[in-house]
Amino acid sequence: MLQSLVHVCLAGISAGMFIWLVASGLTLVFGVLRVLNFAHGSFYMLGAYLCFAVLKAMGGNFWLGLLLGPLVVSMVGYVMERYLLRLVYHLELPYQLLLTFAMVLIFDDLVKMIWGAGSIGSPAVPGLSGSVSIAGREFPVYNLFIIAVGPLVALGLYGLLEKTWWGRIVRASASDREMALSIGVNVPLLYSGVFMFGAWLSAVGGALAVPYVGLLTTGMGEAIIISAFIVVVIGGLGSLKGAFLGSLIVGLLSSFGTRFMPMLDMFLTFGLMAAVLLWRPQGFFAEG
Amino acid sequence: MVLRVDQIDVYYGTAHVLQNISFEVKQGETVALLGRNGMGKTTTLRSIMGLNPPTNGSIRFEGVEICKLAPNVIAKRGVSYIPDDLRIFPDLTCEENLEIAARASGRSGYWTKERIENLFPLLADRRKQKGSSFSGGEKKILSLGRSLMMNPTLILLDEPSEGLAPLIVRTLLETIKKIKGHGVTILLADQNLRFCNEVCDRGYILEKGTVVHGGSMTEIWDNDDVVRRYLVV
Repeated sequence: MLQSLVHVCLAGISAGMFIWLVASGLTLVFGVLRVLNFAHGSFYMLGAYLCFAVLKAMGGNFWLGLLLGPLVVSMVGYVMERYLLRLVYHLELPYQLLLTFAMVLIFDDLVKMIWGAGSIGSPAVPGLSGSVSIAGREFPVYNLFIIAVGPLVALGLYGLLEKTWWGRIVRASASDREMALSIGVNVPLLYSGVFMFGAWLSAVGGALAVPYVGLLTTGMGEAIIISAFIVVVIGGLGSLKGAFLGSLIVGLLSSFGTRFMPMLDMFLTFGLMAAVLLWRPQGFFAEG
Repeated sequence: MVLRVDQIDVYYGTAHVLQNISFEVKQGETVALLGRNGMGKTTTLRSIMGLNPPTNGSIRFEGVEICKLAPNVIAKRGVSYIPDDLRIFPDLTCEENLEIAARASGRSGYWTKERIENLFPLLADRRKQKGSSFSGGEKKILSLGRSLMMNPTLILLDEPSEGLAPLIVRTLLETIKKIKGHGVTILLADQNLRFCNEVCDRGYILEKGTVVHGGSMTEIWDNDDVVRRYLVV
Protein backbone atom coordinates (compact mmCIF):
# COMPACT_ATOMS: atom_id res chain seq x y z
CA MET A 1 0.00 0.00 0.00
CA LEU A 2 2.78 2.43 0.98
CA GLN A 3 4.64 1.50 -2.18
CA SER A 4 1.58 2.36 -4.23
CA LEU A 5 0.99 5.64 -2.36
CA VAL A 6 4.57 6.80 -3.01
CA HIS A 7 4.24 6.07 -6.72
CA VAL A 8 0.83 7.68 -7.01
CA CYS A 9 2.23 10.78 -5.30
CA LEU A 10 5.23 10.92 -7.61
CA ALA A 11 3.05 10.46 -10.70
CA GLY A 12 0.70 13.18 -9.42
CA ILE A 13 3.54 15.60 -8.78
CA SER A 14 5.04 15.04 -12.23
CA ALA A 15 1.62 15.53 -13.90
CA GLY A 16 1.13 18.65 -11.75
CA MET A 17 4.46 20.07 -12.94
CA PHE A 18 3.28 20.00 -16.57
CA ILE A 19 0.10 21.81 -15.56
CA TRP A 20 2.26 24.28 -13.61
CA LEU A 21 4.35 25.14 -16.66
CA VAL A 22 1.18 26.03 -18.56
CA ALA A 23 -0.64 27.63 -15.61
CA SER A 24 2.37 29.80 -14.72
CA GLY A 25 2.35 31.46 -18.15
CA LEU A 26 -1.43 31.76 -18.11
CA THR A 27 -1.29 33.38 -14.66
CA LEU A 28 1.56 35.72 -15.57
CA VAL A 29 -0.23 36.90 -18.71
CA PHE A 30 -3.49 37.42 -16.86
CA GLY A 31 -1.75 39.16 -13.94
CA VAL A 32 -0.06 41.69 -16.19
CA LEU A 33 -2.18 41.99 -19.34
CA ARG A 34 -5.55 41.10 -17.75
CA VAL A 35 -6.22 38.78 -20.67
CA LEU A 36 -7.54 35.26 -20.07
CA ASN A 37 -5.90 33.47 -22.97
CA PHE A 38 -7.77 30.35 -24.07
CA ALA A 39 -5.10 29.75 -26.71
CA HIS A 40 -2.42 29.32 -24.04
CA GLY A 41 -2.88 25.55 -24.27
CA SER A 42 -2.24 25.81 -28.01
CA PHE A 43 1.26 27.11 -27.22
CA TYR A 44 1.78 23.91 -25.20
CA MET A 45 0.66 21.88 -28.23
CA LEU A 46 2.80 23.92 -30.64
CA GLY A 47 5.79 23.56 -28.30
CA ALA A 48 5.36 19.78 -28.39
CA TYR A 49 4.94 19.54 -32.17
CA LEU A 50 7.77 21.95 -32.95
CA CYS A 51 10.10 20.16 -30.54
CA PHE A 52 9.12 16.91 -32.26
CA ALA A 53 9.78 18.48 -35.69
CA VAL A 54 13.26 19.67 -34.66
CA LEU A 55 13.92 16.31 -33.05
CA LYS A 56 13.07 14.54 -36.31
CA ALA A 57 15.02 16.97 -38.47
CA MET A 58 18.13 16.98 -36.26
CA GLY A 59 18.49 13.26 -35.86
CA GLY A 60 16.84 12.82 -32.47
CA ASN A 61 18.39 15.74 -30.59
CA PHE A 62 15.70 16.37 -27.98
CA TRP A 63 17.57 19.17 -26.23
CA LEU A 64 17.84 21.16 -29.42
CA GLY A 65 14.09 20.68 -29.89
CA LEU A 66 13.50 21.88 -26.34
CA LEU A 67 15.56 24.98 -27.11
CA LEU A 68 14.24 25.85 -30.57
CA GLY A 69 10.57 24.79 -30.35
CA PRO A 70 9.62 27.16 -27.51
CA LEU A 71 11.61 29.98 -29.16
CA VAL A 72 9.51 29.68 -32.31
CA VAL A 73 6.34 29.54 -30.19
CA SER A 74 7.32 32.72 -28.35
CA MET A 75 7.56 34.44 -31.77
CA VAL A 76 4.08 33.13 -32.62
CA GLY A 77 3.01 34.59 -29.27
CA TYR A 78 4.49 37.95 -30.25
CA VAL A 79 2.52 38.04 -33.51
CA MET A 80 -0.68 37.08 -31.69
CA GLU A 81 -0.24 39.74 -28.99
CA ARG A 82 0.94 42.49 -31.29
CA TYR A 83 -1.57 42.08 -34.11
CA LEU A 84 -4.63 40.50 -32.46
CA LEU A 85 -4.83 40.87 -28.70
CA ARG A 86 -3.99 44.58 -28.77
CA LEU A 87 -7.21 45.06 -30.69
CA VAL A 88 -9.30 43.67 -27.82
CA TYR A 89 -7.54 44.90 -24.65
CA HIS A 90 -10.11 47.65 -24.24
CA LEU A 91 -13.03 45.29 -24.85
CA GLU A 92 -14.81 43.18 -22.28
CA LEU A 93 -13.64 39.70 -21.27
CA PRO A 94 -16.11 37.74 -23.49
CA TYR A 95 -14.59 39.33 -26.61
CA GLN A 96 -11.09 38.33 -25.49
CA LEU A 97 -12.27 34.79 -24.78
CA LEU A 98 -13.98 34.55 -28.19
CA LEU A 99 -10.86 35.74 -29.99
CA THR A 100 -8.50 33.45 -28.09
CA PHE A 101 -10.91 30.51 -28.53
CA ALA A 102 -10.91 31.19 -32.27
CA MET A 103 -7.11 31.03 -32.11
CA VAL A 104 -7.35 27.57 -30.48
CA LEU A 105 -9.29 26.31 -33.52
CA ILE A 106 -6.91 27.99 -35.95
CA PHE A 107 -3.82 26.53 -34.24
CA ASP A 108 -5.44 23.07 -34.14
CA ASP A 109 -6.13 23.21 -37.88
CA LEU A 110 -2.64 24.51 -38.62
CA VAL A 111 -1.14 21.55 -36.77
CA LYS A 112 -3.44 19.16 -38.69
CA MET A 113 -2.38 20.75 -41.99
CA ILE A 114 1.33 20.44 -41.19
CA TRP A 115 1.60 17.19 -39.23
CA GLY A 116 -1.68 15.48 -40.10
CA ALA A 117 -4.74 14.71 -38.01
CA GLY A 118 -3.48 11.48 -36.50
CA SER A 119 -1.44 10.99 -33.38
CA ILE A 120 2.33 11.01 -33.53
CA GLY A 121 4.42 8.68 -31.43
CA SER A 122 7.10 10.45 -29.44
CA PRO A 123 10.59 9.10 -28.81
CA ALA A 124 12.40 8.59 -25.53
CA VAL A 125 15.10 11.00 -24.38
CA PRO A 126 18.61 9.56 -24.36
CA GLY A 127 19.98 9.67 -20.82
CA LEU A 128 16.57 10.12 -19.23
CA SER A 129 14.83 7.10 -20.66
CA GLY A 130 15.42 4.49 -17.98
CA SER A 131 13.83 3.97 -14.62
CA VAL A 132 15.01 3.81 -11.03
CA SER A 133 13.75 1.77 -8.14
CA ILE A 134 11.77 3.79 -5.60
CA ALA A 135 10.08 2.06 -2.68
CA GLY A 136 10.66 -1.27 -4.38
CA ARG A 137 9.10 -0.33 -7.71
CA GLU A 138 10.44 1.14 -10.89
CA PHE A 139 9.76 4.81 -11.58
CA PRO A 140 10.71 6.59 -14.86
CA VAL A 141 13.82 8.78 -14.61
CA TYR A 142 12.21 11.28 -16.98
CA ASN A 143 9.31 11.82 -14.54
CA LEU A 144 11.82 12.55 -11.78
CA PHE A 145 13.48 15.03 -14.12
CA ILE A 146 10.09 16.77 -14.62
CA ILE A 147 9.53 16.83 -10.84
CA ALA A 148 12.85 18.70 -10.54
CA VAL A 149 12.13 21.09 -13.42
CA GLY A 150 8.83 22.42 -11.97
CA PRO A 151 10.26 23.88 -8.73
CA LEU A 152 13.29 25.18 -10.64
CA VAL A 153 10.96 27.11 -12.96
CA ALA A 154 9.05 28.39 -9.89
CA LEU A 155 12.31 29.57 -8.29
CA GLY A 156 13.41 31.14 -11.56
CA LEU A 157 10.13 32.99 -11.90
CA TYR A 158 10.33 34.17 -8.29
CA GLY A 159 13.85 35.45 -8.86
CA LEU A 160 12.91 37.11 -12.14
CA LEU A 161 9.87 38.92 -10.73
CA GLU A 162 11.18 39.79 -7.28
CA LYS A 163 14.89 40.31 -7.76
CA THR A 164 15.33 41.88 -11.18
CA TRP A 165 14.41 45.32 -12.50
CA TRP A 166 12.44 43.76 -15.32
CA GLY A 167 10.38 41.93 -12.70
CA ARG A 168 9.81 45.09 -10.68
CA ILE A 169 8.68 46.93 -13.80
CA VAL A 170 6.37 44.02 -14.64
CA ARG A 171 4.88 44.13 -11.12
CA ALA A 172 4.51 47.91 -11.26
CA SER A 173 2.79 47.73 -14.66
CA ALA A 174 0.53 44.92 -13.44
CA SER A 175 -0.67 47.04 -10.52
CA ASP A 176 -1.05 50.34 -12.42
CA ARG A 177 -0.61 50.39 -16.19
CA GLU A 178 -1.26 54.12 -16.55
CA MET A 179 1.18 55.16 -13.84
CA ALA A 180 3.82 52.87 -15.32
CA LEU A 181 3.37 54.65 -18.65
CA SER A 182 3.63 58.00 -16.86
CA ILE A 183 7.05 57.21 -15.41
CA GLY A 184 8.37 56.14 -18.81
CA VAL A 185 7.69 52.41 -19.04
CA ASN A 186 7.01 51.29 -22.62
CA VAL A 187 3.98 49.28 -21.53
CA PRO A 188 2.98 47.95 -24.98
CA LEU A 189 6.49 46.55 -25.46
CA LEU A 190 6.45 45.13 -21.94
CA TYR A 191 3.10 43.45 -22.67
CA SER A 192 4.58 41.84 -25.78
CA GLY A 193 7.55 40.62 -23.74
CA VAL A 194 5.38 39.16 -20.99
CA PHE A 195 3.09 37.46 -23.51
CA MET A 196 6.08 35.99 -25.37
CA PHE A 197 7.53 34.76 -22.08
CA GLY A 198 4.19 33.19 -21.09
CA ALA A 199 3.95 31.48 -24.49
CA TRP A 200 7.55 30.28 -24.11
CA LEU A 201 6.81 28.77 -20.67
CA SER A 202 3.80 26.92 -22.03
CA ALA A 203 5.80 25.70 -25.04
CA VAL A 204 8.59 24.47 -22.75
CA GLY A 205 5.90 22.43 -20.98
CA GLY A 206 4.77 21.07 -24.36
CA ALA A 207 8.31 20.27 -25.48
CA LEU A 208 9.01 18.51 -22.19
CA ALA A 209 5.78 16.55 -22.68
CA VAL A 210 7.05 15.03 -25.94
CA PRO A 211 8.78 12.04 -24.27
CA TYR A 212 6.23 11.96 -21.41
CA VAL A 213 2.84 11.72 -23.09
CA GLY A 214 3.81 9.08 -25.62
CA LEU A 215 1.48 10.42 -28.31
CA LEU A 216 1.12 13.95 -29.67
CA THR A 217 -2.43 14.89 -30.62
CA THR A 218 -4.08 18.15 -31.66
CA GLY A 219 -6.33 17.96 -28.60
CA MET A 220 -3.43 18.02 -26.11
CA GLY A 221 -3.63 21.82 -25.84
CA GLU A 222 -7.30 21.81 -24.88
CA ALA A 223 -6.79 19.04 -22.30
CA ILE A 224 -4.00 20.91 -20.52
CA ILE A 225 -5.67 24.34 -20.68
CA ILE A 226 -8.74 22.98 -18.88
CA SER A 227 -6.49 21.71 -16.09
CA ALA A 228 -4.65 25.05 -16.08
CA PHE A 229 -7.92 26.95 -15.76
CA ILE A 230 -8.94 24.74 -12.83
CA VAL A 231 -5.57 25.47 -11.24
CA VAL A 232 -6.03 29.19 -11.77
CA VAL A 233 -9.50 29.07 -10.18
CA ILE A 234 -8.17 27.18 -7.17
CA GLY A 235 -5.01 29.26 -6.74
CA GLY A 236 -6.51 32.61 -7.62
CA LEU A 237 -6.23 34.59 -10.85
CA GLY A 238 -2.89 36.33 -11.10
CA SER A 239 -1.17 34.43 -8.28
CA LEU A 240 1.91 32.42 -9.24
CA LYS A 241 2.12 30.91 -5.76
CA GLY A 242 -1.51 29.85 -6.12
CA ALA A 243 -0.82 28.40 -9.57
CA PHE A 244 2.08 26.32 -8.25
CA LEU A 245 0.16 24.91 -5.29
CA GLY A 246 -2.99 24.50 -7.39
CA SER A 247 -1.03 22.52 -9.99
CA LEU A 248 0.29 20.18 -7.31
CA ILE A 249 -3.21 19.70 -5.88
CA VAL A 250 -4.79 19.04 -9.30
CA GLY A 251 -1.95 16.70 -10.33
CA LEU A 252 -2.19 14.72 -7.08
CA LEU A 253 -6.00 14.59 -7.10
CA SER A 254 -5.99 13.34 -10.66
CA SER A 255 -3.35 10.74 -9.89
CA PHE A 256 -5.13 9.50 -6.74
CA GLY A 257 -8.46 9.50 -8.59
CA THR A 258 -7.08 7.43 -11.45
CA ARG A 259 -5.47 4.92 -9.08
CA PHE A 260 -8.02 4.55 -6.30
CA MET A 261 -11.34 5.93 -7.64
CA PRO A 262 -11.24 5.65 -11.43
CA MET A 263 -15.02 6.23 -11.63
CA LEU A 264 -14.62 9.59 -9.84
CA ASP A 265 -11.33 10.58 -11.45
CA MET A 266 -12.58 13.76 -13.12
CA PHE A 267 -15.19 14.46 -10.47
CA LEU A 268 -12.54 14.98 -7.79
CA THR A 269 -10.83 17.80 -9.69
CA PHE A 270 -13.97 19.49 -10.97
CA GLY A 271 -15.66 18.99 -7.57
CA LEU A 272 -12.76 20.78 -5.88
CA MET A 273 -13.02 23.62 -8.39
CA ALA A 274 -16.77 23.93 -7.77
CA ALA A 275 -16.20 23.93 -4.01
CA VAL A 276 -13.57 26.68 -4.31
CA LEU A 277 -15.88 28.72 -6.54
CA LEU A 278 -18.67 28.47 -3.96
CA TRP A 279 -16.58 28.90 -0.84
CA ARG A 280 -13.79 31.26 -1.96
CA PRO A 281 -14.49 32.44 -5.53
CA GLN A 282 -11.36 34.59 -5.67
CA GLY A 283 -9.19 31.47 -5.10
CA PHE A 284 -6.76 30.84 -2.27
CA PHE A 285 -4.03 33.28 -3.24
CA ALA A 286 -5.81 35.90 -5.36
CA GLU A 287 -3.93 39.18 -5.67
CA GLY A 288 -5.34 42.63 -6.06
CA MET B 1 8.97 78.56 -22.84
CA VAL B 2 8.62 75.14 -21.19
CA LEU B 3 5.01 74.44 -22.11
CA ARG B 4 2.63 75.98 -24.61
CA VAL B 5 -0.89 74.60 -24.80
CA ASP B 6 -2.65 76.00 -27.83
CA GLN B 7 -6.38 75.65 -28.53
CA ILE B 8 -6.78 72.04 -27.46
CA ASP B 9 -10.06 70.13 -27.46
CA VAL B 10 -10.54 66.91 -25.50
CA TYR B 11 -13.54 64.60 -25.65
CA TYR B 12 -14.70 61.77 -23.37
CA GLY B 13 -16.88 59.89 -25.83
CA THR B 14 -19.29 62.56 -27.05
CA ALA B 15 -18.69 64.89 -24.08
CA HIS B 16 -16.58 67.91 -25.08
CA VAL B 17 -14.68 68.32 -21.80
CA LEU B 18 -11.90 70.72 -22.84
CA GLN B 19 -12.85 73.41 -25.30
CA ASN B 20 -10.24 75.45 -27.08
CA ILE B 21 -7.92 75.73 -24.07
CA SER B 22 -4.72 77.76 -24.37
CA PHE B 23 -2.09 78.74 -21.80
CA GLU B 24 1.65 78.68 -21.30
CA VAL B 25 4.21 77.97 -18.58
CA LYS B 26 7.68 79.52 -18.53
CA GLN B 27 10.90 77.96 -17.23
CA GLY B 28 11.03 77.92 -13.41
CA GLU B 29 7.45 79.11 -12.96
CA THR B 30 4.83 77.52 -10.76
CA VAL B 31 1.48 77.95 -12.45
CA ALA B 32 -1.94 77.04 -11.06
CA LEU B 33 -4.96 75.70 -12.90
CA LEU B 34 -7.82 76.82 -10.71
CA GLY B 35 -11.50 76.01 -10.81
CA ARG B 36 -14.24 74.10 -9.10
CA ASN B 37 -14.59 70.31 -9.34
CA GLY B 38 -15.33 68.96 -12.81
CA MET B 39 -14.17 72.05 -14.71
CA GLY B 40 -11.40 70.22 -16.61
CA LYS B 41 -8.27 70.74 -14.48
CA THR B 42 -7.36 67.06 -14.21
CA THR B 43 -8.21 66.41 -17.87
CA THR B 44 -5.88 69.24 -18.87
CA LEU B 45 -2.98 67.67 -16.96
CA ARG B 46 -3.81 64.22 -18.35
CA SER B 47 -3.93 65.52 -21.90
CA ILE B 48 -0.49 67.14 -21.50
CA MET B 49 0.81 63.80 -20.19
CA GLY B 50 -0.65 62.02 -23.22
CA LEU B 51 -3.17 60.02 -21.19
CA ASN B 52 -6.13 61.78 -22.80
CA PRO B 53 -4.66 63.19 -26.00
CA PRO B 54 -6.48 66.18 -27.51
CA THR B 55 -8.36 65.75 -30.78
CA ASN B 56 -7.43 69.27 -31.94
CA GLY B 57 -4.82 71.84 -31.04
CA SER B 58 -1.19 71.72 -30.09
CA ILE B 59 0.86 71.02 -26.98
CA ARG B 60 4.50 72.03 -27.27
CA PHE B 61 6.99 71.04 -24.57
CA GLU B 62 10.37 72.79 -24.80
CA GLY B 63 9.43 73.74 -28.35
CA VAL B 64 8.60 70.18 -29.46
CA GLU B 65 5.09 69.05 -30.36
CA ILE B 66 4.08 66.28 -27.91
CA CYS B 67 0.39 66.02 -28.78
CA LYS B 68 0.74 62.70 -30.60
CA LEU B 69 3.42 61.15 -28.38
CA ALA B 70 2.80 58.21 -26.04
CA PRO B 71 2.87 58.99 -22.28
CA ASN B 72 6.08 57.02 -21.77
CA VAL B 73 7.84 59.07 -24.46
CA ILE B 74 6.56 62.32 -22.91
CA ALA B 75 7.87 61.12 -19.52
CA LYS B 76 11.29 60.39 -21.02
CA ARG B 77 11.34 63.94 -22.43
CA GLY B 78 11.03 65.34 -18.91
CA VAL B 79 7.37 65.64 -17.96
CA SER B 80 6.33 64.02 -14.69
CA TYR B 81 2.71 63.54 -13.66
CA ILE B 82 1.51 63.17 -10.06
CA PRO B 83 -2.20 62.27 -10.12
CA ASP B 84 -4.56 63.29 -7.33
CA ASP B 85 -4.89 59.68 -6.15
CA LEU B 86 -1.05 59.40 -6.11
CA ARG B 87 -0.89 55.87 -7.49
CA ILE B 88 2.12 54.59 -5.58
CA PHE B 89 3.02 51.08 -6.73
CA PRO B 90 1.71 49.17 -3.72
CA ASP B 91 3.71 45.99 -4.25
CA LEU B 92 7.07 47.78 -4.49
CA THR B 93 9.04 49.08 -1.52
CA CYS B 94 9.56 52.80 -0.99
CA GLU B 95 13.09 52.49 -2.37
CA GLU B 96 11.89 50.52 -5.41
CA ASN B 97 9.16 53.09 -6.07
CA LEU B 98 11.88 55.75 -6.24
CA GLU B 99 14.41 53.78 -8.26
CA ILE B 100 11.93 52.46 -10.81
CA ALA B 101 11.06 56.03 -11.81
CA ALA B 102 14.71 56.88 -12.50
CA ARG B 103 15.24 53.64 -14.42
CA ALA B 104 12.06 53.76 -16.47
CA SER B 105 12.44 57.41 -17.41
CA GLY B 106 16.14 56.97 -18.15
CA ARG B 107 16.78 60.47 -16.81
CA SER B 108 19.47 61.56 -14.38
CA GLY B 109 20.60 64.86 -12.97
CA TYR B 110 20.56 66.81 -9.71
CA TRP B 111 17.93 64.66 -8.02
CA THR B 112 19.45 61.45 -6.71
CA LYS B 113 17.98 59.05 -4.18
CA GLU B 114 20.30 60.46 -1.50
CA ARG B 115 19.23 64.06 -2.17
CA ILE B 116 15.56 63.08 -2.19
CA GLU B 117 15.97 61.16 1.09
CA ASN B 118 17.67 64.24 2.57
CA LEU B 119 14.73 66.36 1.45
CA PHE B 120 12.21 63.81 2.75
CA PRO B 121 13.79 61.94 5.70
CA LEU B 122 10.63 59.86 5.97
CA LEU B 123 11.59 58.08 2.75
CA ALA B 124 14.95 57.05 4.22
CA ASP B 125 13.29 55.81 7.41
CA ARG B 126 10.80 53.67 5.49
CA ARG B 127 13.08 52.61 2.65
CA LYS B 128 12.25 48.91 2.79
CA GLN B 129 8.52 49.20 3.46
CA LYS B 130 5.95 48.48 0.78
CA GLY B 131 4.07 51.36 -0.81
CA SER B 132 0.80 49.82 0.37
CA SER B 133 1.79 50.49 4.01
CA PHE B 134 2.07 54.28 3.52
CA SER B 135 -0.63 56.66 4.78
CA GLY B 136 -2.23 59.28 2.52
CA GLY B 137 0.19 62.05 3.52
CA GLU B 138 3.19 59.72 3.28
CA LYS B 139 2.08 58.60 -0.19
CA LYS B 140 2.01 62.26 -1.21
CA ILE B 141 5.64 62.65 -0.10
CA LEU B 142 6.64 59.41 -1.83
CA SER B 143 4.88 60.42 -5.05
CA LEU B 144 6.77 63.74 -5.00
CA GLY B 145 10.03 61.88 -4.41
CA ARG B 146 9.24 59.43 -7.21
CA SER B 147 8.53 62.33 -9.52
CA LEU B 148 11.82 64.06 -8.65
CA MET B 149 13.74 60.84 -9.31
CA MET B 150 12.80 61.37 -12.97
CA ASN B 151 14.69 64.70 -12.87
CA PRO B 152 11.78 66.32 -14.67
CA THR B 153 11.77 69.68 -16.38
CA LEU B 154 8.04 69.99 -15.71
CA ILE B 155 5.95 68.47 -12.93
CA LEU B 156 2.19 68.17 -13.42
CA LEU B 157 0.75 68.09 -9.92
CA ASP B 158 -2.93 67.28 -9.52
CA GLU B 159 -4.81 68.44 -6.40
CA PRO B 160 -1.78 68.41 -4.08
CA SER B 161 -3.63 69.84 -1.06
CA GLU B 162 -6.74 67.69 -1.39
CA GLY B 163 -7.66 65.63 1.66
CA LEU B 164 -4.65 66.65 3.74
CA ALA B 165 -4.64 67.93 7.33
CA PRO B 166 -3.63 71.63 7.64
CA LEU B 167 -0.28 70.76 9.20
CA ILE B 168 0.59 68.43 6.32
CA VAL B 169 -0.58 71.06 3.80
CA ARG B 170 1.88 73.47 5.40
CA THR B 171 4.71 70.91 5.09
CA LEU B 172 3.72 70.27 1.48
CA LEU B 173 3.81 73.98 0.71
CA GLU B 174 7.32 74.26 2.10
CA THR B 175 8.35 71.20 0.10
CA ILE B 176 6.98 72.57 -3.16
CA LYS B 177 8.79 75.85 -2.48
CA LYS B 178 12.05 73.92 -2.00
CA ILE B 179 11.52 72.00 -5.24
CA LYS B 180 10.71 75.26 -7.00
CA GLY B 181 13.92 76.69 -5.55
CA HIS B 182 15.84 74.11 -7.58
CA GLY B 183 14.42 75.52 -10.81
CA VAL B 184 11.81 72.83 -11.47
CA THR B 185 8.79 74.12 -13.39
CA ILE B 186 5.45 73.10 -11.88
CA LEU B 187 1.93 73.16 -13.28
CA LEU B 188 -0.50 72.35 -10.52
CA ALA B 189 -4.25 71.90 -10.53
CA ASP B 190 -6.03 72.75 -7.32
CA GLN B 191 -9.21 74.42 -6.14
CA ASN B 192 -7.59 75.70 -2.95
CA LEU B 193 -6.93 79.36 -3.80
CA ARG B 194 -5.06 80.04 -0.57
CA PHE B 195 -2.69 77.15 -1.23
CA CYS B 196 -2.09 78.25 -4.84
CA ASN B 197 -1.58 81.86 -3.79
CA GLU B 198 1.24 80.83 -1.46
CA VAL B 199 3.19 78.78 -3.95
CA CYS B 200 2.24 79.84 -7.49
CA ASP B 201 3.40 82.74 -9.64
CA ARG B 202 0.50 82.78 -12.05
CA GLY B 203 -2.84 81.08 -12.49
CA TYR B 204 -5.50 80.21 -15.04
CA ILE B 205 -9.11 79.69 -14.08
CA LEU B 206 -11.07 76.94 -15.80
CA GLU B 207 -14.86 76.96 -16.06
CA LYS B 208 -16.75 74.24 -17.94
CA GLY B 209 -13.70 73.18 -19.90
CA THR B 210 -12.54 76.62 -21.02
CA VAL B 211 -9.99 79.10 -19.68
CA VAL B 212 -12.03 82.08 -18.47
CA HIS B 213 -9.33 84.08 -16.74
CA GLY B 214 -5.55 84.21 -16.47
CA GLY B 215 -3.19 86.40 -14.48
CA SER B 216 -0.71 86.65 -11.66
CA MET B 217 -1.76 84.98 -8.42
CA THR B 218 -1.80 88.37 -6.68
CA GLU B 219 -4.18 89.73 -9.33
CA ILE B 220 -6.48 86.68 -9.04
CA TRP B 221 -6.37 86.77 -5.22
CA ASP B 222 -7.37 90.44 -5.20
CA ASN B 223 -10.09 90.06 -7.86
CA ASP B 224 -13.20 89.48 -5.73
CA ASP B 225 -15.46 89.32 -8.74
CA VAL B 226 -13.48 86.50 -10.41
CA VAL B 227 -13.06 84.62 -7.12
CA ARG B 228 -16.78 84.84 -6.35
CA ARG B 229 -17.87 83.90 -9.86
CA TYR B 230 -15.51 81.00 -10.57
CA LEU B 231 -13.88 79.76 -7.38
CA VAL B 232 -16.15 80.10 -4.38
CA VAL B 233 -18.09 76.90 -3.82
